[in-house]
Amino acid sequence: MIQQGGGALGIGEIPIGPTWQTNYFIGADAQGRDVMARVLYGGRASLEIGIGSALICCGIALVLALLAGFFRGPIDALLSRLMDLIWAFPVYLLAISLATVLLTKPNGLQWGFVHVDPSSLWVPTAIIALVYVPYVFRPVRGQVLSVREKEYVEAAIAQGASNGRLMFGEILPNVITTVIVMLPLMIATTVLTESALSFLSIGVQPPKASWGTIIDDGQSLLYTRPWVAIAPGIMIVLTVLSLNVLGDGVRDALDPRAKLRMRG
Amino acid sequence: MAVFIVRRSIGLIAVLFAITVLTFLIFFATPGVDPTRALAGRNPTPETVAAIKHQFGLDRSLPVQYLLMMKRLFISRDLVSYGNQALKVVPAITSAAPVTFSLVLGAAVIWVVFAILTGVLAVILKGTIFDPLLMILALIGISMPVFWLGEVANLVTQDRLHNTFLFHWVPPLGYTPLTSNPWQWFLHLVIPWITLSVLYIGFYARVLRANLLDVENEDYVRTARAKGLSERRVLLKHMLRTSLITFVSLFGLDFGVLVGGGALLTEVVFGLPGVGKLTYDSLVKLDLPVIMATVIYGAFFITIANALVDIVYARLDPRIRPA
Amino acid sequence: MPQPLLEVKDLRVSFRTEDGVVKAVDGVSFTLSPREVLGIVGESGSGKSVTMMSVLRLINDPNMLVSGEVLYKGRDLMKLGKGQMQEVRGDEIAMIFQDPMTSLNPVYRIGDQICEGILTHQDIDKPAARKRAVELLQQVGIPHAGSRVDDFPHQFSGGMRQRAMIAMALANNPDVLIADEPTTALDVTIQAQIIELIDKLKDDFDSAVVLITHDLGVVADIADRIAVMYAGRVVEFGAKRDLFYDPQHPYTWGLLGSIPRLDRPKASRLYSIEGTPPSLISPPQGCKFRPRCPHAFEKCMEEPELVSRVDKRDHLDRCWLDPATKRVTRYNTIEGGRAA
Repeated sequence: MIQQGGGALGIGEIPIGPTWQTNYFIGADAQGRDVMARVLYGGRASLEIGIGSALICCGIALVLALLAGFFRGPIDALLSRLMDLIWAFPVYLLAISLATVLLTKPNGLQWGFVHVDPSSLWVPTAIIALVYVPYVFRPVRGQVLSVREKEYVEAAIAQGASNGRLMFGEILPNVITTVIVMLPLMIATTVLTESALSFLSIGVQPPKASWGTIIDDGQSLLYTRPWVAIAPGIMIVLTVLSLNVLGDGVRDALDPRAKLRMRG
Repeated sequence: MAVFIVRRSIGLIAVLFAITVLTFLIFFATPGVDPTRALAGRNPTPETVAAIKHQFGLDRSLPVQYLLMMKRLFISRDLVSYGNQALKVVPAITSAAPVTFSLVLGAAVIWVVFAILTGVLAVILKGTIFDPLLMILALIGISMPVFWLGEVANLVTQDRLHNTFLFHWVPPLGYTPLTSNPWQWFLHLVIPWITLSVLYIGFYARVLRANLLDVENEDYVRTARAKGLSERRVLLKHMLRTSLITFVSLFGLDFGVLVGGGALLTEVVFGLPGVGKLTYDSLVKLDLPVIMATVIYGAFFITIANALVDIVYARLDPRIRPA
Repeated sequence: MPQPLLEVKDLRVSFRTEDGVVKAVDGVSFTLSPREVLGIVGESGSGKSVTMMSVLRLINDPNMLVSGEVLYKGRDLMKLGKGQMQEVRGDEIAMIFQDPMTSLNPVYRIGDQICEGILTHQDIDKPAARKRAVELLQQVGIPHAGSRVDDFPHQFSGGMRQRAMIAMALANNPDVLIADEPTTALDVTIQAQIIELIDKLKDDFDSAVVLITHDLGVVADIADRIAVMYAGRVVEFGAKRDLFYDPQHPYTWGLLGSIPRLDRPKASRLYSIEGTPPSLISPPQGCKFRPRCPHAFEKCMEEPELVSRVDKRDHLDRCWLDPATKRVTRYNTIEGGRAA
């Protein structure tokens, strides 16, 4: 079993290199910590943030898109302008701005009774979820608008269905596929974004680690102990690659347009 | 056309206004954030803090602060950095912009050429093993964090294989302006160009391939074949031409974002003093004047790119061209 | 009988799918003489479009299997190389399609799309090709052809686009024009105009025409001979007169009966064929029309050949019923409807 920690190195000691023993499989970092253990534990943070932010993002976007597409008029105008505004900001710049502001406070955030520790994983999760909302909102809103005009919705309205039943009973089941198709690709994107923020040291805060922070640590050790930076990167590539492949598969399975059409 | 330009300009001003207000609010109105900290140094006396607040107008109301900053940015152009009072914001950006332009332009040329080659090749080789192979390669390209790829590239070209015939020509990290030494400019940028373009080659090749396969089912492609055109002509003149409409609009947006500061990870990894690096440095230091200026610069390019995309889109698709 | 221009022999086209092999075309044979108009009639999925697209080898599906011969002026098109086939397409055999809205490339001018075909097959320069394109547009009845030649497809109405498609198809003076449901996507008033236009131009250009349609009314005016297709086969084939006045196959009777006619009592104006077309993956045993045929009997469990069963040598059908019985029973279907 690989354990976090292991023996710390003293100053001037020989760096521990990759070995076939259970500890220090791919060596140690500047503080003498076992990189393999850090990569495995860091992966947990990366995946938690990636999956969590993608789910939150899709959830918020879905609700907003339903509201905007269903009520149209001023609600739609307001939400759509807001989304355009977030959209006009480059994703990374917005995320960095938010992260800097939220993470530079030593005592954490205090909103009324809610206290968020700056080293909490919720901070990067929330930031990443927020910046990608427009990317999900736009296509889903378009779909809600078109589904709303469909005959079966008209029929439900004619039967006197309530707004809630129309939104969640009639429209939601018809647009949820789009969100499900987007979800794996969103997770792939959020995992990459998390690693970038952490690499710029404004994502996951020490002592917690994620793949991004380990690559950041490895930057200064690049020429002496390259595995510190390479290993977490390989983990990111493998994770994101599998998510993309999964996303392709889900799309092919659920998106009827992707299927081959027979000619008569 | 004149109406189009006027409408676009109004839109641009509205977006710039909204973005600057949003940025301003993020940094000034978030509870607990105090830009004075960056200005006053460590452990300042309350008097120093008050004096600095007054000097920079930070004791005024938020709207007044906003207007003062905009005035110094656009009209008197003497806005200085909070962190380094000798650093004037406007010249800082104008000297960083060419670096970013050099980086993004070169990468864009590489990614457009290779994405089209890969996408078209995948369609030609459809049904063979090479099509899925190319697409997996493209997917790997998309899945690599650009900063990590940059580090690996540095490891290989600066250290491990630097003394071999392969990479002995790679200069140390940094930037040489085109005007002072074009050859060195080129050598410094080759590795960053390739690194930055890998992601986009993968993405655009996949988009193009999917688009070409969609278009292949179109009736007008069948018409073109029924006319007796060669497969090559059908692919290049009929299928690729219509697929390029999506390609070009995506390209415009990505190009705008990158020039506007989105290439910051590549700039950080390769030590290129571009706009992205400037933005990043100012963001982590809470250096609001520089942040404001770089954000406005970035939004400006993104909006300009959007407008250009609309114009090019209309050139490419006659259906939306005004009659 | 003159030497046939085009002769299709035992053409079979099938597609491998996840559910099994779809036999879209199952042993179709016919001939086409110079300057003749042949109508191919059948419902959706009967294989009529697939047949003609296979003649031009326009279906590009890795899961497709084709066998049979397509002899054009004695050459088997199935055995031509890719380049040779491209020389035939658009030059000797041209084709127009069902939906003129999507059959023209939206990003090129109408004139350029016509010129493209001309320049591919003829050794003339661009100005000459353009002049020819304007002439062609005039011939198909586009007003102000000289200026409309520079329009984009979206600036044309549906009928005008189909006219432009016809101009494009006739640009190289082909010997055969295949028209695949050329009127289906158009307004009823425009449909007759397009059929008339094809009728007129086939004489001007000395072309033979294969007109594919699901509507017997469309071919009634201009066809010389008609082939009725059902479930991937020809079930009846004969001169238009014979087919209309002495139809042999119950499916043809159904088609004739389903043309609305106001000269009958209200209750019997329309006949509808019961049931749905058979699965092409596991077709019924024997006669493919048997499950829907009101006159089926034991012998129908055996597949009838396409042979002449009446006194006319070139009137072929696939039905076991006795011609004398047919003359009595078909009356109800065609003239009286079910109510009678």
